[in-house]
Amino acid sequence: MNTAVTEGHSVISMGHTNGGFSLRQYAICLRGIIWRESLRFIHQRERFISALVRPLVWLLIFAAGFRQVLGVSIIPPYQTYILYAEYITPGLIAMIQLFNGMQSSLSMVYDREMGNMRTLLVSPFPRWYLLCSKLVAGTAVSILQVYAFLLVARFWDVGPTPIGYLLALPALVLSGLMLGALGMLISSVVKQLENFAGVMNFVIFPMFFASSALYPLWQVRESSPFLYYVCQANPFTHAVELIRFALYAQVNWISLAVLCGFTVLFVLGAIFAYDPARGLLARRGEAGGGG
Amino acid sequence: MHLFWMLPTNKRRAGLMTFGIIISLVGPARAFTAYVSNEKSNTVSVVDTEKMETIKTIKVGQRPRGIELTKDDKYCLVAVGDDDTIQVIDTKRGEVIANLPSGPDPELFILSPNGSLLYVANENDNTVTIIDMEKRVRLGEVQVGVEPEGMGISPDGKILVNTSETTNMAHFIDTDTRKIVANVLVDSRPRFAAFKSDGAELWVSSEVGGTVSIIDPINRQVVKKINFGIPGLRSEAIQPVGINITKDGKTGFVALGPANRVAVIDAVTHEVKKYLLVGQRVWHMSFTPDEKYLLTTNGLSNDVSVIDVASLKVIKSIQVGELPWGVTVTKQ
Repeated sequence: MNTAVTEGHSVISMGHTNGGFSLRQYAICLRGIIWRESLRFIHQRERFISALVRPLVWLLIFAAGFRQVLGVSIIPPYQTYILYAEYITPGLIAMIQLFNGMQSSLSMVYDREMGNMRTLLVSPFPRWYLLCSKLVAGTAVSILQVYAFLLVARFWDVGPTPIGYLLALPALVLSGLMLGALGMLISSVVKQLENFAGVMNFVIFPMFFASSALYPLWQVRESSPFLYYVCQANPFTHAVELIRFALYAQVNWISLAVLCGFTVLFVLGAIFAYDPARGLLARRGEAGGGG
Repeated sequence: MHLFWMLPTNKRRAGLMTFGIIISLVGPARAFTAYVSNEKSNTVSVVDTEKMETIKTIKVGQRPRGIELTKDDKYCLVAVGDDDTIQVIDTKRGEVIANLPSGPDPELFILSPNGSLLYVANENDNTVTIIDMEKRVRLGEVQVGVEPEGMGISPDGKILVNTSETTNMAHFIDTDTRKIVANVLVDSRPRFAAFKSDGAELWVSSEVGGTVSIIDPINRQVVKKINFGIPGLRSEAIQPVGINITKDGKTGFVALGPANRVAVIDAVTHEVKKYLLVGQRVWHMSFTPDEKYLLTTNGLSNDVSVIDVASLKVIKSIQVGELPWGVTVTKQ
């Protein structure tokens, strides 16, 4: 073990001087991680299908049942009356990214249990860089899922104008990063794979339902002002709204600011949590450890 | 967006140019002016179709409903039923300048193709009144069925069609002799009649019957009936009223009242292609002259929805007065 690590280190150390890596080496590392995430995603065909089926079930069944619910008021960014399916599409896009963020963090717990993470964490690249690379990889996968969903939704005549697909991309990158970082932060405190189902219930459901994904917040406000403020404080609400506005070629500046803030917060939190010297892993004395 | 700023300047510029080209291809719409009659607030809202907003509100008589511009766009005519007259609005000055002797309770009316004559349906009087537009005098009247409403005129101006809501008929009136030459029975409560621009078909909407009858104007027979079905809506909620057909005769639009939808119809096969969600209780409609947009009046939500005709999407709803009923758009 020790020898292997030393050898691995010496191989890489040939390429760098004074403790720094060249950009090219960083790029190789990033590509490796993205490649592994993509492979993992593609090989788990069930995961891809379930990532696609989950929002489609909401869109085609749930939204069908609530078809007549909306259409009584016009809220920004909409300019006219819309069907319910159109309203929940941005919420479902964010849901895909939420699930994906949680799923890649689930895979980190799995990696830790199986010992694969050791391989990653002994890499001489800085820990923050490895985490960020994994985050970027996860976000890329989630965006892939989102566009697959939008493509299928198009067949049911649900979706933005052509330019909306393009304009949504920056919003998708930011919300993907935010939700991925949240997943990463959560994964650092989950000890075992078995505990994860509970976390999914405690994180995904409250985040999804206490947001503007399924109903406009003015309707929530009518029934409970307190819940309205909870929804407003939920970063997921702002992910949904940023995507919603972007699909209609508008920027929701408040949501943008909130999302940027939470992304930075979650990324720093995850980096701190995975820091072997100070983080939560060290406190439990199981850095990179599983097995 | 931040990805965009990471691009080198020349690429950014190229990106912006592409964006600019896309925008200019879409192009700004030509500005037309729409006049909307608000039945409850007794006003006419003036809407700019490019800015898509109400730019002016004109005070008119009581219960304004039928509304139409003269062929030269100089005057906007609005039937104010409770004042038993049709008011003439000078479109430049934006105020009422004259009243026409329309007979009692005018509702819908139509100009002859050359613009010289005005045919008015008098709802409570079972007549159609004929007005000379130049002299602004009443020329005569034709007795029709009970509660006349819908008015259509053949492109050559020879046949006037009036629908009577209670008799459930489309009356064919010869405009030379001013006599009814045929009656065609349609479904319950016919509200509106529209000819295709080539005169080959006459469409009549039946509000309670929930259908649109396609009539052959030569044989004067119903050749087909269009039915509507919207999943999740009671059939009573589907009440066809306004009809507009594109000049090429290929696409028809039917306003479905409390169904809050406009049906898009393939005007060749008479199949319903799509339902577009607009505001509540959609009543009458009007194309912009370039047929880029179709404006709909939504009575209960007090707004006008704008349908993009090419993409068949509702793009905006514009706030107007209370209970908007009819709409007409300038030709220039």
